[in-house]
Amino acid sequence: MQQDLLIAQLQEGNEKAFERIYQLYATSMYGIIFSIVRDEKISEEILQDVFLKIWDNAPSYDSDQGRFFTWILNIARNASIDKLRSKEFKNKRSDLKDYDFTEILETSSNASGKIDAIGLQKYIDLLGPVCKKLIDLLFFKGFTQKESAEELQIPLGTVKTKNRVCIDKLRANISKR
Amino acid sequence: MNEKEYISSGILELYVYGALSKSESAEVTRMLKKHPEMRAEVEEIEEALMNLSEAAAPSNREFLLAPLKEKISQRSRNIPVRKKRTNWSALLGWAASILLLVGLFLMFKNNSELRESLQALEAENAQIESEIAEARNDAAKSRELLNTLRDRNILKVPLDGLDIAPEAYATAYYDDEKDLTLIDAQNLPEPPRGMVYQVWSLKMSPLVPSSLGLLDDFVEDEDKIFVLDNPNISEGFGITLEPAGGSETPTMEMLYSLGVITS
Repeated sequence: MQQDLLIAQLQEGNEKAFERIYQLYATSMYGIIFSIVRDEKISEEILQDVFLKIWDNAPSYDSDQGRFFTWILNIARNASIDKLRSKEFKNKRSDLKDYDFTEILETSSNASGKIDAIGLQKYIDLLGPVCKKLIDLLFFKGFTQKESAEELQIPLGTVKTKNRVCIDKLRANISKR
Repeated sequence: MNEKEYISSGILELYVYGALSKSESAEVTRMLKKHPEMRAEVEEIEEALMNLSEAAAPSNREFLLAPLKEKISQRSRNIPVRKKRTNWSALLGWAASILLLVGLFLMFKNNSELRESLQALEAENAQIESEIAEARNDAAKSRELLNTLRDRNILKVPLDGLDIAPEAYATAYYDDEKDLTLIDAQNLPEPPRGMVYQVWSLKMSPLVPSSLGLLDDFVEDEDKIFVLDNPNISEGFGITLEPAGGSETPTMEMLYSLGVITS
């Protein structure tokens, strides 16, 4: 309920609410952006653009359409993918499917401070390769169920239930820590 | 599908990912409003995913907040449309208030001006009224005077100016029957301060003056016609200048005009 109030204030153009929203979501969105573009400097630029978009478009967010987190997640993924498809990026990076977030966790020294990436890494390893790939595509890259099924060469009907099992494992691991 | 089946179907995870169609998402939102348990499940999924994506961030980006806030402050003027509208209405409100104040002030000013001119008009009216009343009095007085003068028994006695004031000419109208004497003192000079004209009825050989009265309010009296009681049998009239209040006997050095009844 407090969250709803915060979002309402953001929609009214309250700068304090914006600050709070940034503090709540910036690191998470930065992780999403970085997992897609793999460049800190560019990720920073995109992160700023994303939050300006959040500020500008907040009045158009409709809670009946989905979670606020989902709304900003879409903005972050789309901004990153747009950047990836832009000319300046085409030559640098081949294809976004070639990388997944687990590599970042493997190479990251210490991410947000909240979560110890190396510690988290161990639990993610327990997820198994299919779960890692599934979460990477559906969550980090914003793939559809159909696109994910094709990518992983698994039946479309199993994406939803398989993913559910993966997230359950993730939640269990995180809560254990 | 019951609550448990709904949760275990995996649709809530896809909902948080944003991997559902618009209509599917709207349906899940409706379900969440009805079932707090499902809502709690969604919040837990969201938290796990936030933690995961935070772990994927190479570093904290807290320092970007300050420049961002500066940017949105500059933008906020044109951004949320609602805000701009309220600004306009606030502006309009202020303008209206100022106009109202100015209007009230002008009305107040106008009102007091009107009140002032009304008061002036009332004063003028009162003055005119008293002037009319005065004119009526004057008319009545004039009629009375005319009636008196036309009376057959009236005797006109010119009083000529003497050495002390050769121009000091006056006329006495003597009515023996009514025991009245009118003095037309039009051509007497204004008496000096503290002095007053006194009218005397005279009996000749020997000369016996009897006071008929003072020409009081000489300066204020416009027609300079004075009506005096005169029970005496007069043979002549004299006017002297006396100290205020009059004298017992006339001061002969101050005899201004004198006339004798000839017939």
